Amino acid sequence: MPQTIYQDLKEKENGIPKTKILKALESENLSITFDDALDNEMVLNMGPQHPATHGVLRLLVSLDGETVMNCIPELGYLHRGYEKLAESSTYHEFIPHTDRLDYLSPMANNVAYALAVEKLINLEIPERGKYIRVLIAELARIQSHLLAVGALVMDIGAVTPFLWAIREREKILDLYDVICGARFTTSYTRIGGVAQDISDEGLSGIKKFTDEFIANLDEIRNLVERNKIFIERCEGIGYLSKEDCIELGVTGPLLRACGIERDLRKTSPYLVYDKLDFRIPTYTDSDCLSRYYVRAEELVESVKIIQQCLEKIPSGAHNALQTKKVLPKKERVYTKMEELIHDFMIINFGVNPPKGESYSAIESSKGELGFYFISDGSGNPYRLKIRSPSFCNLQALAPMMKNCMISDTVVIIGSVDPVMGEADK
Amino acid sequence: MTTEKLEILKTKLQKFNIIFDNVNDMTGVYIDKNDVLEVCKILKEDPELKFDSLVDAVSVDRFQKKERFEMIYNILSLDFNERIFIKIKLDSKIPEMQSLTQVWKSANWYEREAYDMIGINFVNHPDLRRMYMPEEFEYYPLRKDFPLMGIPDSIPLPNK
Repeated sequence: MPQTIYQDLKEKENGIPKTKILKALESENLSITFDDALDNEMVLNMGPQHPATHGVLRLLVSLDGETVMNCIPELGYLHRGYEKLAESSTYHEFIPHTDRLDYLSPMANNVAYALAVEKLINLEIPERGKYIRVLIAELARIQSHLLAVGALVMDIGAVTPFLWAIREREKILDLYDVICGARFTTSYTRIGGVAQDISDEGLSGIKKFTDEFIANLDEIRNLVERNKIFIERCEGIGYLSKEDCIELGVTGPLLRACGIERDLRKTSPYLVYDKLDFRIPTYTDSDCLSRYYVRAEELVESVKIIQQCLEKIPSGAHNALQTKKVLPKKERVYTKMEELIHDFMIINFGVNPPKGESYSAIESSKGELGFYFISDGSGNPYRLKIRSPSFCNLQALAPMMKNCMISDTVVIIGSVDPVMGEADK
Repeated sequence: MTTEKLEILKTKLQKFNIIFDNVNDMTGVYIDKNDVLEVCKILKEDPELKFDSLVDAVSVDRFQKKERFEMIYNILSLDFNERIFIKIKLDSKIPEMQSLTQVWKSANWYEREAYDMIGINFVNHPDLRRMYMPEEFEYYPLRKDFPLMGIPDSIPLPNK
């Protein structure tokens, strides 16, 4: 049995075992003091099963009355060992696993992974493939932000906007059904392009959706944004200063809500984002209300991007033509010898990128989603590290929750919008 | 990284023993594990470099006899829009290094994950606990000698 570095996992204090997590809860500086006789601090467990914690997130909260003194999130309830799985599957085999990372916007993860592998093997895909990927990435962003906005408002108490957001989301899921055959776990992108071309029916479906979407979004926003209860529950809650944001490595809408205008689509453009015209909504208040506004305005910007893509999308090939790395078309695999051999080699022995390391990131709806590959020349990656934005944003939860009321914890988690599939990998 | 930035980096870190490496088209720097804290403080505070955000920390098990483990830190400069990778090789028998939480606060959870998955001990870390696995777990899952299917009876299962 291997030796662990820490020999004593549990210390005993007064005969009661004190686990490390309880010690971590108490070690923060308390900002109010109270008499020792009235030692009335209570540890509450917002357990992994909770209707308002956006998945299986466990929060240990130490309370003084109703005020939160300290909060320790505990992850690992959805840990599926993706990084270990990636070491024994080929690059193509891992694509369905990426759907299940941020399961609220599966297309975005597929795009991020395909881009990362293509950077590793230095492959350029044709224009039509890039435009298709931008279309599905923006649809995924709309899908994810709709749920974020709807769930935040539902946790506060307004149920109707949540149902309207889900209704819009159902239309996007039907579009995915037309585009790639699956509503939820799509696995649409492949290394070298996409699985199949978008038909005209798919493109006209997307156009119809975007034509009607802004009016439906305004319906939701009119119910929510001028409501006094919503404003009072969200304004000034969960403040995170600008220096803390940068120090804690926070990305995505949280960073844009504290005044830093940073979006990977503008600072290091990938796919065709440098040819499209959109702005980055930025607010300076850095509380839950400004994060809601950032998400609501990003929805409008995504619709603009989709409309520009639909006008500019060229015709042509949607997959790159490199025969040793890109899977060939199915009809030719069944009829021609060469394609059959290539298909066999790519599926069984893998893509075989050159030895080396590579990192590539996209701006997903939660923040910077990146994949760090270490390749040793064989068909399986030697090491894959998934830089998931929800994991890094959850680190900022404890400073945000200092000295708020317990009913604000729900609003703060809703504004961070974590997805545990991504945070736990 | 642009060549001017690379020259500035080389002049600032002249007195340390560093080796430059390539991470596809981005720069990686191998640093000796005893110099890590000083180099990181220079990288963060110098006004011409200003790498103020730590984005990710990758722990690698190279599975070789000498210097088996490696930590790769991914740091980003928001003002200059530059990214650099800091790589540190660690010992095979007892992998340990100074924790970078003194320089960047976001290293807290990344180093906890590296400790959980590979078993690297971070000295002066404020709160080094396991991240994903339960606290009583005795093995380090992402090491190459840990089997994919797991070790039987390593996780307590509920009694039926």
